[in-house]
Amino acid sequence: MARHESTHTTTMLEATHVASDEARMNQQQSLLAATPKPLNATRALLRRIIITIVLAVLFLMPLYAWLADDIFMLTLFGRILVFALAALGLNIALGFGGMVSLGHALYIGLGAYSVGILSTLGMTDGWLHLFTAVAITSVVAIPIGWVALRTQGIAFIMITLAFAQLFYYVFVSLRQFGGDDGISLTNLSSFGVLTGDKYAIYISLSLVLAFVLWLVNRIVHARFGLVLRATCVNERRVNALGTRSMPYRLMAYMLSAQICALAGFFLANLTGFVSPAMMSWVVSGELIVMVLLGGLGTVFGPIIGAVAFLMLEEGLKMMTDHWPLIMGPFIVLVVVFLKNGLWGLLQDRKESPQGDGGNIK
Amino acid sequence: MTFNLVLAQTLNGFQFGILLFLMAAGLTLVFGIMGFVNLAHGSLYMLGAYFAAVIADHSGSFVLAIGVATVGMFILGLLLDAGGLAILHKRGHLDQVLATFGLVLFFNELVRVIWGNAPLYMDAPETLAGSFTFLDFNYPAYRLVIIAAGLLVALGLYLLIERTRIGMLIRAGASNRGMVGALGVNISWLNRFIFALGAALAGLAGALVGPILSIQSGMGEPILILTLVVIVIGGIGSIRGAFYGALVVGIVDTLGRVLLPVWLGQTFSPSLASAVGPALASMLVYLLMAVILAIKPDGLFPVKARGS
Repeated sequence: MARHESTHTTTMLEATHVASDEARMNQQQSLLAATPKPLNATRALLRRIIITIVLAVLFLMPLYAWLADDIFMLTLFGRILVFALAALGLNIALGFGGMVSLGHALYIGLGAYSVGILSTLGMTDGWLHLFTAVAITSVVAIPIGWVALRTQGIAFIMITLAFAQLFYYVFVSLRQFGGDDGISLTNLSSFGVLTGDKYAIYISLSLVLAFVLWLVNRIVHARFGLVLRATCVNERRVNALGTRSMPYRLMAYMLSAQICALAGFFLANLTGFVSPAMMSWVVSGELIVMVLLGGLGTVFGPIIGAVAFLMLEEGLKMMTDHWPLIMGPFIVLVVVFLKNGLWGLLQDRKESPQGDGGNIK
Repeated sequence: MTFNLVLAQTLNGFQFGILLFLMAAGLTLVFGIMGFVNLAHGSLYMLGAYFAAVIADHSGSFVLAIGVATVGMFILGLLLDAGGLAILHKRGHLDQVLATFGLVLFFNELVRVIWGNAPLYMDAPETLAGSFTFLDFNYPAYRLVIIAAGLLVALGLYLLIERTRIGMLIRAGASNRGMVGALGVNISWLNRFIFALGAALAGLAGALVGPILSIQSGMGEPILILTLVVIVIGGIGSIRGAFYGALVVGIVDTLGRVLLPVWLGQTFSPSLASAVGPALASMLVYLLMAVILAIKPDGLFPVKARGS
């Protein structure tokens, strides 16, 4: 009986999606109108090509770096991978869950500081660092998520920001662990003979990224993902259908935090440096920009967004010291004109009629 | 822990709270009525401080500096709203957050380009540079002036909102934005005025704080975060909430930083106090916010809005 009910609920949830997708796209699909098949097939092919190219470049970078002895590129792409991973995590909460969290850099920082503080205290076992990063983040994310999810809209954004700042100031005031200046790590996470080996770090990071990418894809299409996306569209309807939305949203928030913590763990090992600046709200903002630039609510989008954003930043930095003067307006332009992100440009299009049905908000 | 010290710190907290109120009043109006998240509010504060410092330096007149900063920020607010921020009114909060975030990056770098990396300093006017003495108690006169100015502004805002026609329109807009427009009021001009008013208040706060703090790039963000906390505690859209919330946050933060390490040192040990004290003191305000939100998620003085 329960299984029948859950199938029924799933169908109703899917109905919510269909109804909401239509509402969101302002469609009144005529039964006779055909989806432009050739164009969508082209897009799908392009997507597959680009995914292959991007992943190939990212995964083969160590080979190039080894052959060309270019550690700079390895570190640069390592940073890109770190933020791609964090963006993937944030997208679960932001893109699929509709939770605009301006404090996710906090979890990157917590992951990094797990490495930093344990190292400074002499405990260098890599697995311990990893476990601590995820565990501490879960312990912190649940109360923050619970408090924040009691509010809506603007208040949610501000609360996540405020909590992230709270921890930022806490870490700044921890003078025995570097305070504002941060810690230069003498001992990285110990994984036996691979300790501190940049290639090992990069390769394991790319494997984790691939795994998380697969995981996100699975989650989004599983019941958990359906419920989550439904709450993003119309939370009241989800609750009316008999599924409590709060546990799903909290779970999604915690999962995204844990992924960010993983990213922080790798960041600390990659750069050998930990500082409160890693959890500043500027980093949180940039993370959201990466997700938006890539494509909110798409699976692969955040990776594209992180790559594009960080490469642009590096390029601008090489041109001028005053790169924020260009980056700032660029972000504004992306927000105004590129609403669906770069990856969103390549998503399947459905036919939409003339005129705007009027989306309030 | 003398009485004088506690009194001085309480007044400091009060003064800080007044400053936060000036920031929060503008921000809560913009949030509550326009539904517009403006992270660049801190940048307006910073620009007000810079303007005031430059004018004070060139003209030697403190009053002129404050006036120019306030009016200048009002005009800048009008320009920003007319120049493009109006597009974002129709968009969701995420877009507004990101766009204003981009503006913050831009303005922080802009002041570095124009005025350099080194902090600017501004002197309080000579008449106010001394101390105010009452019985045994000394307190900087300038800080008392800030408190007085802030209370005057609070009174002015109260009169504006409660007793004038524009105030009536503002209150109506907070309750039901669409209806106000439907009743024939030019809502976009009203919004522009509100945004500019908020900017002017932020500029005033920045100008007033010039003599006390060092004026540098990025000074707006810490204040902005606390302002957001104030608004969340007080209730979005509520000026009364902003007032009381600001005073509570100002006093709790200032007194907490002073008293908590002392209390820790006396109850536990001085080493614990120095290790953990500052960190805990930083957390106080946010813990307070969490507690208040757990009990009253809409803040202490929520505005009951219909429609919009």
